[in-house]
Amino acid sequence: MRRVAAFAATLFFVSLLVFVVVRVLPGDPALLIMGTEGNPAATARLREAMGLNRPIAIQYAHWLWNALSGDLGVSIQYDVPVGGLIVSRLGVTIPLTLLAACLMSVTALPLGLYAATRHRRAGDYLAMVFSQIGIAVPSFWAGLLLIFLFSVRLGWVESGGFAGWSGGLWPGIRSLLLPAIALGLFQAAVLVRATRSAVLDVLREEYVRAARAKGVSEALVLGKHTLRNALIPIVTVAGIQLGQLMAGSIVLESVFALPGLGRLALGAITARDLPVVQGVILFVASSIVLINFAVDLAYLLLDPRIRYD
Amino acid sequence: MRRRPLRHVTFTLGVAVTTLLVLTAGLSLVYTPADPLAMSIAGRLQGPSAAHPFGTDQYGRDVLSRIMRGAVTSIAVGVIAVGLGATAGVAIGVLSGYAGGWLDETLMRLIDAVQGFPAILSALLFAAVFAPGVALSMVAIGIAFAPAFARLTRASFLELREREFVVAVRALGAGDRRLIGRHILPNTLPPLVIQATTSFPVAILAEAALAYLGLGTQPPNPSWGLMLKDAQNFLSLHPSFAVFPGGAIALTVLGLNLLGDGLRDLLDPKTV
Repeated sequence: MRRVAAFAATLFFVSLLVFVVVRVLPGDPALLIMGTEGNPAATARLREAMGLNRPIAIQYAHWLWNALSGDLGVSIQYDVPVGGLIVSRLGVTIPLTLLAACLMSVTALPLGLYAATRHRRAGDYLAMVFSQIGIAVPSFWAGLLLIFLFSVRLGWVESGGFAGWSGGLWPGIRSLLLPAIALGLFQAAVLVRATRSAVLDVLREEYVRAARAKGVSEALVLGKHTLRNALIPIVTVAGIQLGQLMAGSIVLESVFALPGLGRLALGAITARDLPVVQGVILFVASSIVLINFAVDLAYLLLDPRIRYD
Repeated sequence: MRRRPLRHVTFTLGVAVTTLLVLTAGLSLVYTPADPLAMSIAGRLQGPSAAHPFGTDQYGRDVLSRIMRGAVTSIAVGVIAVGLGATAGVAIGVLSGYAGGWLDETLMRLIDAVQGFPAILSALLFAAVFAPGVALSMVAIGIAFAPAFARLTRASFLELREREFVVAVRALGAGDRRLIGRHILPNTLPPLVIQATTSFPVAILAEAALAYLGLGTQPPNPSWGLMLKDAQNFLSLHPSFAVFPGGAIALTVLGLNLLGDGLRDLLDPKTV
């Protein structure tokens, strides 16, 4: 219960931060949208329509109340509700994030486990070299190199754009595959290191030595005694990475010209479409906070030794 | 202690690459092979040659010179962003860890909220109302770093607050400011130094990403991320244009990470 209250308080701060930056810092959003060369009468009308004449605290309460009921305002550029715009772009951003998370997990977990079992031998060092390189390569550069290799040179895939989900699952996944690889590479490299050190920590425990001493097979020692205990810190790291993948997808959407949330926000900035910027950022930041909260809860479920009270 | 020769190899490599980076940046302020801003329509998009070892960009500017000068941008953003994040984070951490109670609770929820804003997200938010530029990326990246510093400082404070030497100094009549500044804060330094070192390469990656998106460093200033944004348009004609700036970022981040790992082993004996 206390965790839920803390989560609500955190979300409140998220909304406050977004509101303060967009509405309070710049002075006059109406002027910002219309530009200084705009017609003063039109600017005044917009100010009235946006409710900018009311006290700032009232404006915030009004905006928050509407946001809570799913109304994020109306896009200036497209003249449609911001909520609908966001939902229409989720079909790109969420699959991209999840695909990258899948790729990250299926490469990083086995590799990290392998590195730990080969501690300070060739296999371990090789895995660590992969990890160091993965952490050093910027995701958008990896994206460019993948475009060059698979699209320009080999001609296997389009260099960008999104096929959509109407033609079935495969065309959509196909256009998200390269961005997901580029996006997942960095986080996979981080997760390899986390997995390796978590497994190494457990391998040093007494109960692992006891299991080996009583003749439990190595596969069972790793699978049952080690991995299950090592999973607790790994899930924490991976959960936090899920939020980072979502933020990172903004960059990859730009590299591969994918019509997701990131491109929506970037386009809205160019068009001075403040309600859209505000809405997208509120949505993504709240999602990341929600993921972190879920990780906290998962921690509790995975490790009965931990109790928050 | 066991000797681990490979650790020393990686640490030495890290020191070498970092030294190279700093020297390149320093040198570029007094000497570059060509003017990094000088355009030449005739010499556009050339491949590597003796005159231009890394070739030229779409305006005929020397890529090597621009990469050298780009190192200055990367270091400046790295230092200032980490500095901003550390200052804000430590201040919040001190307040939270020392005061406790409802103030601690409120500040930690604020920190949880700030964690929902990775550098890209706060950069988008700021770019909506301020002009994009290098200052914007410094602030956005700094904000993203603040939570880690705040949590580390707070944790150290909570641990140190009850320790004998602190209780003793307090019993001797030391005021809050002296207690924090002279006795508690110095003891929280090692983890903060490690955090700062590991944040530095992250800042360089973030700067490049923000410049690539058009939210950070603006043309014609040289930035590695910006150069990659340009390179994307000529990927099929002129692939080498994309290789060098990306390679510069990767090499720099690799070197700084190796340095950070080595430093962590030196400063934190517990991880051995």
